[in-house]
Amino acid sequence: MADITTLHYLVVAAALFVLGVIGVLTRRNVVIVLMSIELILNAVNLNLVAFSHMWGNLHGQMFTIFIVVDAAAEAAAGLGILIAFFRNRETINVDEIDLLKW
Amino acid sequence: MNPALNSAAATMNTGMAPVATPWFFYALAGAAVISALFVITRRNAVHSALALIVTLLSVAGLYLMLYAPFVAGVQIIVYAGGIMVLFLFVIMLVNVERSSKERQFNRIWPVGLAAACALMALFVSALVKGRALFPERLVKLSEGTNTQDIAKALYGDAGRMGQYTFAFEIASLLLLVAILGAVIMTKKKI
Repeated sequence: MADITTLHYLVVAAALFVLGVIGVLTRRNVVIVLMSIELILNAVNLNLVAFSHMWGNLHGQMFTIFIVVDAAAEAAAGLGILIAFFRNRETINVDEIDLLKW
Repeated sequence: MNPALNSAAATMNTGMAPVATPWFFYALAGAAVISALFVITRRNAVHSALALIVTLLSVAGLYLMLYAPFVAGVQIIVYAGGIMVLFLFVIMLVNVERSSKERQFNRIWPVGLAAACALMALFVSALVKGRALFPERLVKLSEGTNTQDIAKALYGDAGRMGQYTFAFEIASLLLLVAILGAVIMTKKKI
C-alpha cells in the first residue's frame, strides 16, 4: 500500500470543511451551526499541521495553536450570545432570529 | 527566520521506524468523516455533540501521525475537554426536546447544499490540478523535542523574545475579551 502523503490529509480536511459548510448553511439549530463552525476550524488545523509536516518546520503547528485559542474564544462568545437570545425569545432557530430585519 | 524553528527539521528522527501504517490513517480519517456526517444530520443536539467529540479525537490521532504530539494534546484537552463541555452545558440550558421535534433544516437548504457542492467541486479540481506540487517524501519532524521547540517559539529562548511571543500575548488579550463578553452577555442585569 502506498505511503500516506500530504495530499491524503488535504483530502480529509477538504471533506471535513465541506461537511461543516453544509451544516452551517442548512441547519436551523444554532448550537449545531456553532458545532459545524468547529468542524471547519478543525479542517483548517489539519491542513496547517499537514503542511507543517510537509515543510519540516513548526510554523503550521504554531498557527494551529493560535486557531485553537481563537476557537475557544469564539465558542464562549457565540454561546453567550445564544443564551442571551434564548432568554429573550425562547427560540434557538436561526430563521426565527430576525429582529434586525424589517 | 528563527533558527530554533528550522533546526527541528534538521534533527531527523532516525531512531525507530514509524509504527503508524496507512491503515491507521484510513481508519482515523473514516471515523472523522463519518462522525462529522453524524454531527450535521442528527436531530438531537446531544448526539451531535457526542459525534463531534469522536471527530475531534480522530483528528487528534491524525495529528499524532503527523508528528505533532503537542498539538494533539492541545486538541484533546482544549477541544474535547473544554469547548465540548461548554457546548453540552449550553445544550442543557436551552430547550432540547422542543427543538428536536421541529423541522431541522431551514427553507433554503437546497441552495446551501448546492453552494457546498460547488465548493467541493472547487476543492476537488484544485487538489487534482495541484497534485504534482506535493512531494512524495515527507520530512520527519523530531517528535521528542516537539514541545520544547514550540515552547521556545512561544516564550523565547535564553532571554530573547521568541518569534511568536507577541502573538501569544495578543492571544491572551483575546481570551480576556471573550471571557468578559461571555459573562456580560449572559448576565440578566449588568
